[in-house]
Amino acid sequence: MPISLQLINLMAALLLLIAFAMLSQRRILSLIYLFAWQGAVLAANSVIVAWSTGQTHLYYSALVTFALKVVVLPWILHRLIIRLNIKWDVETLINIPTTMLAGIALVIISFNLALPISQLAGTITRGTLGIAIAIVLLSFLMMITRRKAVPQVIGFLAMENGLFFAATSTTYGMPMVVELGIALDVLIGMVILGIFFFQVREAFDSLDLKHMEKLREE
Amino acid sequence: MLPSVASPLNLILGVIVSWLAIGLVGLARPLSLRFVSRVLFPLGAAGGLVLMAAAFFGIPAAPATLVLPLGLPDLPFHIRLDALSAIFVGLLGVAVVGISLFSSGYFRRGQGSAPGVLCLQYHLFLASMVTVLLADDAYLFMVAWETMAIASYFLVTSSHKIPEIRSAGFLYLLIAHLGAIAILLCFGVLQGGQGDYTFAAMRGIELAPFWGSVAFLLALFGFGAKAGILPLHVWLPEAHPAAPSPVSALMSGVMLKIAIYGILRVTFDLLQVQIWWWGALALGLGLLTALFGVMFAAVQSDMKRLLAYSSIENIGIIVAGIGLTIIFHVYGNPHLAALALVATLYHSLNHACFKSLLFLVTGSVLHATHERSLGKLGGLIHNMPWVAATALIGSLAIAGLPPLNGFVSEWLLLQAFLFSPGLANNYLNMLVPVAAAALVLAAALSGYVMVKFYGVVFLGQHREARLAEARDEGPWARAGLVWLAAACVLLGLLPIVIIRLLDHVTLPLVNFAIGADAARAGWLLIAPVSPERASYGPLLFLLGILGTVLFTFALVRWLYHGRVRRGDAWDCGFPAQNARMQDTAEGFGQPIKQIFEPFFRIRRHLPSPFDAQPFYSAATEDRLWHWLYLPIARVNERLAAWIGILQHGRIYLYLLYSFVTLLVLLIIVR
Repeated sequence: MPISLQLINLMAALLLLIAFAMLSQRRILSLIYLFAWQGAVLAANSVIVAWSTGQTHLYYSALVTFALKVVVLPWILHRLIIRLNIKWDVETLINIPTTMLAGIALVIISFNLALPISQLAGTITRGTLGIAIAIVLLSFLMMITRRKAVPQVIGFLAMENGLFFAATSTTYGMPMVVELGIALDVLIGMVILGIFFFQVREAFDSLDLKHMEKLREE
Repeated sequence: MLPSVASPLNLILGVIVSWLAIGLVGLARPLSLRFVSRVLFPLGAAGGLVLMAAAFFGIPAAPATLVLPLGLPDLPFHIRLDALSAIFVGLLGVAVVGISLFSSGYFRRGQGSAPGVLCLQYHLFLASMVTVLLADDAYLFMVAWETMAIASYFLVTSSHKIPEIRSAGFLYLLIAHLGAIAILLCFGVLQGGQGDYTFAAMRGIELAPFWGSVAFLLALFGFGAKAGILPLHVWLPEAHPAAPSPVSALMSGVMLKIAIYGILRVTFDLLQVQIWWWGALALGLGLLTALFGVMFAAVQSDMKRLLAYSSIENIGIIVAGIGLTIIFHVYGNPHLAALALVATLYHSLNHACFKSLLFLVTGSVLHATHERSLGKLGGLIHNMPWVAATALIGSLAIAGLPPLNGFVSEWLLLQAFLFSPGLANNYLNMLVPVAAAALVLAAALSGYVMVKFYGVVFLGQHREARLAEARDEGPWARAGLVWLAAACVLLGLLPIVIIRLLDHVTLPLVNFAIGADAARAGWLLIAPVSPERASYGPLLFLLGILGTVLFTFALVRWLYHGRVRRGDAWDCGFPAQNARMQDTAEGFGQPIKQIFEPFFRIRRHLPSPFDAQPFYSAATEDRLWHWLYLPIARVNERLAAWIGILQHGRIYLYLLYSFVTLLVLLIIVR
């Protein structure tokens, strides 16, 4: 097995590990650090794929990933939680061990789902598709189980990381235009959600989303 | 002939553009009532005159087509002016001249929307109606159709602060959209899977009978929703009273005809083959609508609702005419098909004139008295002689009395019924005499309705003391009323001219023209089938009536003492008569209410002898509303409540829904 493939598998394993870490993390600040780490691993993974397959546009993609997901977004989130003064623990809806068990089940399902696709794929990195799906589903699970708005947004961003990983590892990345578009979307989405946090806090004096239940029509 | 730059099509396009421009100019000075009403509305009326001229030259001309460089990329607007479009353009022109002139004197400060906004909506409405008539592809047709619906919705709800008007507007918009969906689907069927939505392509496709029928039914539903065919008529009696009177006049007089145009366009132009039962269906629905409309008109006590129901009746007659045309056309009787089609188009033209006129009259009465209820009007003939005189002409015309225009079209339609020889279908042979009887019943009842309308509003004594202060209309509004009244008279006196014009429509649609036959007995008499069997000379009739009246008048003056005595109206020699002794609108409609009781849903409160404060009230409701509309609304609400169970307001539950859906789909796809 060539060294690059081993490295990619290592990165995939790291990403999965970080996804589980995020799922179990109670503190928002640590969650942001984990998110930044995930971005860094993702960028590294892109560089490795680019180096091993000679797809030069993946270098740019890695650069964008690094700038956006390791520097800009964590910085925005960090500023946000300082300004909103919410470094406290995250309340989860379901206790952490149960969530982890559900996560393991999801990983098994993901590998099962990826099996037939991986057999068709001819790229060197085909084994990682299962992990990519698992990351998407785990991030989704994190969005569901968190009650506060900021972890939900981090979950959303992590989902995008999973998709990006799937794109790089199975098809050597999307066209550059698409990638830039998605990067811009994520950035804009983050800005809008940031404004939204302030609005929510202003309206409800809290970022706890259970207050949103009042909005439904009786 | 006109030079080519001023071709009818270009003239009409010019009018559309200038109407849009007028609307925008109005928006530039939204609050200046003087500018809008003294400059912009008369300019709009001039546009109507241009349309009439364009129609006059456009009807005999060969169809003109044009591709406009507008619309989406690679999807330009196609327009076409043929005789059928031109007839309706002319109809619109005639009505618009009168209505716009009247509007110049109608809109007041502080009522509903700002004048400039009204001006924009009004002219946008006009321009979109003409565009519907010119459209030669489904795309432009739908764009114009929806613009028309939305512009008229805003006009209807111009006094949107009143809750009833808002709900009337909502009902109108709802039914308009249901209709628009059906029309869209109809075009989808008509293009026959070719993906080409121009009408030219649709003409080239011969659909299978099943798909043809589907297209026809969708068209009947879609355009019927706009025209007010049973059971889609419910918006008419709500929207017309809500709208300002000139808008009611436009909607009832012109917009309903645009829907009729749509039915004719789809049935006879876009569909290549017709089937007999379409005609039977249209005939039956039309007659039901006519009878229903006239019955409800007879028991109304709000003058605009009364006219709205009367519009339903007239649309019923027109649709029955379309049905008859289809039947004759399918069974290979082009002569009678052409006759029925001429009657249909003629009645559309007539209805545009007299119904616009009467709605404008209600506007005048409303402004002079601030009263819509017939129970509080009366005796206005002395206060408002101009309005009363034009209203009399309109009422006589709509009642179908010779020598006015209503008689001509109803008579022609009856001729078509009565001359129907043995058709190839026994059931239809049995149906046709019954249908003719129903038509006559509707016509007679509409006379009754008009006696009620005119008698209660204008004759007798004032039912309220303040009616004595009512004033006649100003010069602009008078001009509009007189224009439409003159149109009613001329359409009644010159049927040969009109039929000759209509020939250009019947020839391409049902391959026959009756003009030459009808004029065989000279231009004075029209004889649709043959002079030996039936003929009608409106001028002779007019002279006869005038002669009899003058002769009687002279005789009375000469033989009797000759002095003019003025007494109280209808006092019958009873000395202490007051306004409360007059027959009321309720009372006048009572016989109809009794005879046709099963058709109404009546809620009465009768006073008992022991009541300290006795009162009487009766409300007549539409059974269809309770049988059809309310159940649909209930089912809808229940479904909404079921779906509402899913909505908790908890974001993680919503996320869970997507998550589970995603998982399930992934597992299924695998």
